[in-house]
Amino acid sequence: MKTGTLVRHTLTHLFIVALGLIMIYPVLWMIVSSFKPNNLIFSDPGLIPKTVTLDNYVSGWKGYAGTSFGTFFINSLVICVASVIGNLIACAMAAYAFARLQFTGRNFWFAVMLVTLMLPAHVTIVPRYVIFNSVDWVGTALPIIVPKFLATDAFFVFLLVQFIRSLPKELDEAAIIDGCGTWGVFFRIIVPLAMPALVTTALFTFLWTWDDFFNPLLYLTRPEIFTVSRALRTFVGDAGAVSNWGGALAMATLSMIPPFILFFALQKYFVQGITTTGIKG
Amino acid sequence: MRAGQTRRLRRDIAAYVFLGPWLIGFLGFTLFPMAYSLWLGFTDYDFTQPDATSWIGLDNYQRMFAGVFGQSTFTASSGEPMRVDPYYLKSLTVTFNYVFVSVPLKLAFALAVAMLLNQKLRGVPFYRAVYYIPTLLGGSVAIAVLWRKLFEKDGLINGLLGFLGFTDLPSWITNPQYALWTLILLSVWQFGSSMIIFLAGLKQVPEEYYEAAAVDGANPLHKFFFITLPLLSPVILFNLVIQMISAFQVFTQAYIIGGGSGGVLNSILFYTLHLYIQGWTYHEMGYASAMAWVLLLIIGALTAIVFKSSDLWVSYGTGE
Repeated sequence: MKTGTLVRHTLTHLFIVALGLIMIYPVLWMIVSSFKPNNLIFSDPGLIPKTVTLDNYVSGWKGYAGTSFGTFFINSLVICVASVIGNLIACAMAAYAFARLQFTGRNFWFAVMLVTLMLPAHVTIVPRYVIFNSVDWVGTALPIIVPKFLATDAFFVFLLVQFIRSLPKELDEAAIIDGCGTWGVFFRIIVPLAMPALVTTALFTFLWTWDDFFNPLLYLTRPEIFTVSRALRTFVGDAGAVSNWGGALAMATLSMIPPFILFFALQKYFVQGITTTGIKG
Repeated sequence: MRAGQTRRLRRDIAAYVFLGPWLIGFLGFTLFPMAYSLWLGFTDYDFTQPDATSWIGLDNYQRMFAGVFGQSTFTASSGEPMRVDPYYLKSLTVTFNYVFVSVPLKLAFALAVAMLLNQKLRGVPFYRAVYYIPTLLGGSVAIAVLWRKLFEKDGLINGLLGFLGFTDLPSWITNPQYALWTLILLSVWQFGSSMIIFLAGLKQVPEEYYEAAAVDGANPLHKFFFITLPLLSPVILFNLVIQMISAFQVFTQAYIIGGGSGGVLNSILFYTLHLYIQGWTYHEMGYASAMAWVLLLIIGALTAIVFKSSDLWVSYGTGE
């Protein structure tokens, strides 16, 4: 009986590990291939390179039109950090109002917010582009950053509302008796207690902004302000042909390091974020 | 009485300060753009020469759908003949095929993996993390570039298949017959979010149900179809809606894998890609706005149908 269970468990583990390896094999292959000489990348499915070289990293790092990947990484980081700050401030404020404050029109605006959750982004992209073009913001990062300071990612407002509602209301009331106003309750009670949900918000804002390609494609029109994802596209020619595969795979590998670090450092916040809002994948 | 009103006003002002950023964002970046794009859809707006904009009625919509009746031209509101968009229906077909194949496959796979991981085993959090990696990275340009490399004529997949003895292998990316399937595979590969939601749902299914069923002599198939699936149906509905809405909007992968066009014979000309090409390559922003509204209506209608149909297949509560 006991050995039977042991055998069954071992087999299950083996199956899960094998399936997992198949799943992440393309990613592993990419990392390994980025260290192979350019002419050996082709159709070598092995995971152990015969010769290891850093040439691809050197040639890929040169970047595009005289701008190196160093600049692209800094651009991405700046845009991501600004977006995280914007989303944290604006979404937390809106969520606090929806979850805790009494005011005229609350139910109406909350319903409106829920509807925007479902709205496909494409229905607003053309007018947004026209607006940003008319104020000469095309060619800057402002069209990507400014909407974050206005809580346009309803997902995070929703996530934070759900979380704040689950916090005990007695704490607010005690703080009010002790003389706190709405701002005092917000900063001293809600923000500290909502930290897990705020971390989830920061995490997903960073990842989505890091991976975002469509907005950089529209608005970041000069190589000096390209993000990493926008710059990776320059490895792929207009007909889809790639001349420097080694460099492309090397820079693609580097671009995955920040998401990886965040994912493994903050795993439990991932699960929380996904299960409460069903974040798209 | 007065004092009550003042207090109420003060309370509202305090609340609207907190709501302010969101409210400005909603009005300025969602509501106004939506109304604006509805109007643009009835014009020939071009952002490089906005002063030359004129109202053209339903022309943009006729350009999309007049092709349904096999016409290649129609009479525009100016009285001139106008060409039907020859690629619009193709982009619609490609997108529908993608959504209707990739979403069910992805959900089925996510459920299977979730059930595999929903056992009393050590290391499940670690396995869950590993299985989530494709989703973590899958939407990026990096993976789209990799995907091209995998499915090229001399790519990794053909290398592996050649190793297994297959010969005369096609280039999956540039073959119009297979190109869409590589993108469907890429979508199914990113099953992680659905899997995590299914896992959370499976944890809610009471163990006693399975035990009671086992006493009654139920086999694993019975348990799956009469316990797991019904109890999980609200979660399935949730995943279905989320994945369907996002599948309609796929862009980055198709753009990179097709090299900025719709691929060979427009085999991966996704709706959003076509919209982008019309709006930004050809400056047809009025037409692109009309396309965006049709997409909104399609997604809205399908979501409504799914919710409506859920009366038939989703069971809330345990039916004790």
